[in-house]
Amino acid sequence: MMQFTDWDILRNLLLAARWTILLSLVAFASGGLVALMLTFMRISNNPVLAALVKGYVELFQGTPLLMQLFIIFFGLSLIGLDVSAWTAAIIGLTLFTSAFLCEIWRGCIESLPKGHWEAARTLGLSFFQTMRYIILPQALKVAIAPTVGFSVQVVKGTALTSIIGFVELTKAGTMLNNATFQPFKVFALVAVLYFLLCFPLSLYSKHLEKKLNVTG
Amino acid sequence: MSYQLDFSGLLPYLPELAKGLLTTAELTVYSTFAGILLGTAGAAGRISNKAWLRWLISAYVEVIRNTPFIVQLFFIFFGLPALGLKLSAWQAGCLAMVINLGAYLTEIIRAGIEATPKGQWEAGKTLGLSHWHIFSRIVLPTAIQRIYPALVSQCIIVMLGSAVVSQISVEELTFSANFIQSRNFLSFESYLVTALIYLLLAIAMRQLFELSARRLFKNPVL
Repeated sequence: MMQFTDWDILRNLLLAARWTILLSLVAFASGGLVALMLTFMRISNNPVLAALVKGYVELFQGTPLLMQLFIIFFGLSLIGLDVSAWTAAIIGLTLFTSAFLCEIWRGCIESLPKGHWEAARTLGLSFFQTMRYIILPQALKVAIAPTVGFSVQVVKGTALTSIIGFVELTKAGTMLNNATFQPFKVFALVAVLYFLLCFPLSLYSKHLEKKLNVTG
Repeated sequence: MSYQLDFSGLLPYLPELAKGLLTTAELTVYSTFAGILLGTAGAAGRISNKAWLRWLISAYVEVIRNTPFIVQLFFIFFGLPALGLKLSAWQAGCLAMVINLGAYLTEIIRAGIEATPKGQWEAGKTLGLSHWHIFSRIVLPTAIQRIYPALVSQCIIVMLGSAVVSQISVEELTFSANFIQSRNFLSFESYLVTALIYLLLAIAMRQLFELSARRLFKNPVL
């Protein structure tokens, strides 16, 4: 039987943390892209599109992330796609992230005075021109702090992918616990590593919030 | 490959789902009430003039808010027995939910308290009320009312998070779904229906909170 020193535990956790980071980055980036399209659809003048996106957001905000992962993991294999845990994790977290970011960004855009839309329209700007030159530059400023804040939720969300068998930080923790029988130490270390990933993001989000409140 | 969805295969397992739903509801009710109490106590401590207490509470809030719920759960269920604190799966799950909700609500309620105009504290003092009376009778009720939507959302998030508690074999809704799909191999159908139940539960919770808001807050504050 292999003996694990404290250093072995930490080393293996750190190696697994790379997957947590990679998964978070990919999910956040692709979720952001999907959310951008959804946000455009949500605030467009097309009531059908807006209602569809609203339903989408409510569906993902009203069900557990774990259920979403299960449904994607098992659902995709039903239609004949052989999905790995990694693929299912990416797809699940992307959809989850997109729903929440869409809601955050919609709020930011709607917080801008309606007069800006009307003024742009009077100047003869199209929907996309209004977005590009008037709305987005302003909304971006409001949106950045809550968006960074939400990235913490994405990092924490990746922990659930351990349940569908993706080996990241939490899964590595349970595996190491099974090998060493030192749950207190292992899970405390896992928690510390998550904290080290998330706390700087939280602080940065708070910092942005304060900075923008002062100037804006 | 074509696949026919078969929801009828779930019918024999309806009692199983109902049992799981009941446990989820139970966990949610307990953790919501205890979490609101803990959050209120935390917020009260956050504005106290004892520096060590403020520091301690913000450490608690930051640790919980910056680690995943599942890790907190594993730490409580697997880690704490090493310190001599043995909990059943249900107790560990419920405790983890309370601690999690308490941290978020501490932050939310504190924001509500800080948004209360200073004049209210001063007016209370002028009327000869004690610090505790001003807090519990004037500041806290208006603070809760002010942050009520955020409080409701957070309670719902914790209810949805309770799906993870199945991982330490608490027999709640997700556990039922896992059990059912291991019996009838209708994994997609089982999880789809379970997700739908969660969705309905979230909607019902929001309705319930709104209903109680109407009874609780007779005089709306601005």
